[in-house]
Amino acid sequence: MANKLVVSLSPHVHSGDSVKKNMYWVCIALVPALICSFISFGAGAIITTAISVAACVFFEWFINKFMLKNPKCTVCDGSAVLTGVLLAFNMPSNIQPWIIVVGALFAIGIVKMTFGGLGCNLFNPALAGRAFLLISFPVDMTTWPNPGQGFGSWLDAETGATPLSVMKAAFKSGDASLMDTLPSVKDMLIGNTGGCLGEVCALALLLGLAILLVKKVITWHIPVSILATVVVLSGLLHAANPVYANPVAELLSGGLLLGAIFMATDYVTSPMSSKGQLVYGVAIGVLTVVIRTWGAYPEGMSFAILIMNAFVPLINNKFKPKRFGEVPAKK
Amino acid sequence: MKTFRIGGVHPAENKLSAAEPIKVAALPKVAVFPMSQHIGAPAVPAVQKGDKVKVGTRIANPMEKALSAAIYSSVSGTVLKVDTVVDASGYKKPAVYIAVEGDEWEPSIDRTDTLVTLKDKPELTPEAIIDIIKEAGIVGMGGACFPTHVKLMPPPQFKPEWVIINAVECEPYLTADHRLMLEKPDQILVGVALLMKAAKVNKGFIGIEENKPDAIKLLTDKCRAQYPNIEVVPLKTKYPQGGEKQLIDAVVGRQVPAPPALPVSVGAIIQNVGTAYAVYEAVMKNKPLFERIVTVTGKKLKQPSNFLTRMGTPMSQLIDACGGLPEGEAKVIGGGPMMGKALVNIEVPICKGSSGVLIMSDKEARRGEPEPCIRCAKCVSACPMGLEPYLLATCSGKKMWDKVEENDIVSCIECGSCQFTCPSHRPMLDLIRVGKQAAMANIRARQMAAKK
Repeated sequence: MANKLVVSLSPHVHSGDSVKKNMYWVCIALVPALICSFISFGAGAIITTAISVAACVFFEWFINKFMLKNPKCTVCDGSAVLTGVLLAFNMPSNIQPWIIVVGALFAIGIVKMTFGGLGCNLFNPALAGRAFLLISFPVDMTTWPNPGQGFGSWLDAETGATPLSVMKAAFKSGDASLMDTLPSVKDMLIGNTGGCLGEVCALALLLGLAILLVKKVITWHIPVSILATVVVLSGLLHAANPVYANPVAELLSGGLLLGAIFMATDYVTSPMSSKGQLVYGVAIGVLTVVIRTWGAYPEGMSFAILIMNAFVPLINNKFKPKRFGEVPAKK
Repeated sequence: MKTFRIGGVHPAENKLSAAEPIKVAALPKVAVFPMSQHIGAPAVPAVQKGDKVKVGTRIANPMEKALSAAIYSSVSGTVLKVDTVVDASGYKKPAVYIAVEGDEWEPSIDRTDTLVTLKDKPELTPEAIIDIIKEAGIVGMGGACFPTHVKLMPPPQFKPEWVIINAVECEPYLTADHRLMLEKPDQILVGVALLMKAAKVNKGFIGIEENKPDAIKLLTDKCRAQYPNIEVVPLKTKYPQGGEKQLIDAVVGRQVPAPPALPVSVGAIIQNVGTAYAVYEAVMKNKPLFERIVTVTGKKLKQPSNFLTRMGTPMSQLIDACGGLPEGEAKVIGGGPMMGKALVNIEVPICKGSSGVLIMSDKEARRGEPEPCIRCAKCVSACPMGLEPYLLATCSGKKMWDKVEENDIVSCIECGSCQFTCPSHRPMLDLIRVGKQAAMANIRARQMAAKK
């Protein structure tokens, strides 16, 4: 026979989806937020992101090649790039470069590669990196630059309060009138407030959500359940007593949108069934409001996600998808 | 528009031969009839070397007291030998070889085009219809090849309510059922009426995916005019809608419980549209099952076609009739790209369940390099049985047979949606098949032990 026949088991076709495609679509979905961040915080936003990406990619490449001695290039799948971008998005844009590198080493080296690399890590590497930095360098990590200081601003930027610190102050002092000093909803939507470099522009993040949903990179379950839980819970608290922040401010401030859309939806560290994803989302929402309101830190999003990351194996065990045949008849 | 409720994927349809009218394939020089063309025990050869046969002569009887089906010659000529052949499964199976001489048909077969309806034969009882179907060697023509007469006689505790005709053809590339519906609609509807009468039900459905609007319209109009008990149900195009359980869910909204429950436990008897046509020919035209429509297709093939093919014709002959195998490495698949079997040899004969021959070129045929599971949950969303393919595949790979059984691996229908959708190109279904076999063996062993 002239022709060589290829033989393998079915299926013989593939959707064409790949790890790389998913990772790069998430990166693309983060671009609008990066552009907005550049407009708000200037060059610092771009420089911080570039350093973080470079450091994450370098550590992944180095560890994979020289410590794990894996001949396959794991940097090419794009997950290290994504971790780098997300890590940067969770830092102030005026942070010292060496702190970024330490964060990247922790995120990639300890949280990701020690557990076996992509797919095996228990915790979201970028968030764990951020939590590590927040505990290690609390002042640097919570001194946020004010927006609108020109495109050249970086390390020398003037710093000021963020919406979340205003909320915390209002609650601590019991003085609801402090809430009036919150930035307007319009400013929070377009990113004209202080905060971490990737989290300030709500509109850009929502655009990113739309991209992820349209490209079917993620499903709606996790982001919607987190956001709905936060709005409902903070709405109830606010209705009971106005020293609690109003739900719109809660929704648009801090890392809530960034976390709900890009961090909690991390494939590796989120549950597998849609039921499990809803449980996970609601729990993150509750924990976020609790930490924001009564915790020591003004922001609770990253801790809420990390805590729930730890519960994912349990959630996967408990919340299985509905098997065929268990579904009742339509009529 | 209706569809099944859990999971599903959308592979590119690639129905290249949808507009190609059915052509009659040339007779082979030697026709080969494997004795295992159906689920169950192989048939027993009823001819010997040197016997003369005609088109429609029975050459093998069903094995007695077993799930089995008769086999008929599709050619006239002399029996060369009773030997073995490598069939689509890749294994050697007993087979009858017949050297073709002329084309002489058994005189009992009605070869005219006249449409015979139930009105012309009011004396047919359900039992008589089932008997003819059994005698004609008819099996499910969608690919599973379950003997049709057995499906029509469910255990007495179940009462069938509907006959659902599977005209979904959800496998990409295949167009055999589509062409049959366009070219033989009246015969198909008589066949459906016969199946309904045999199963003693008053309601029939024909499920067709919306990517075949011409067939939907044609059959809907004919049903409205002549068969008020048969309803054409257009379905949203989604794979694996042609799975028996998925089709029942899509059409009547009932879900068959986990194995070993049968479709009839929710009141449905499923038959392929090709089977309905074969039933018409057997009952009304006295023609046993020895030919079928086969789609021969592929992107690199010169002329993708649909052939009316005598069983026993080697696939290579059909491929040659379409312009021959394209240059370079190729994958030849018996069936569609999602569930078909890659062949080791293109001399494999066409059998009762051969709905298509698909040729994929080198690049299409290659699998992607597997990467680590990133736990994206796309396989969980895609699984039409509500299983967790990532878990089943991983545990099967680690030989954790109890764990896979606990997680309902025996419900897997091996549709391949998980592997199709996996961004990490993991060979999930390969692993799951191994786990499913092991779990089923364990279950059988326990049942045997309990009996003792």
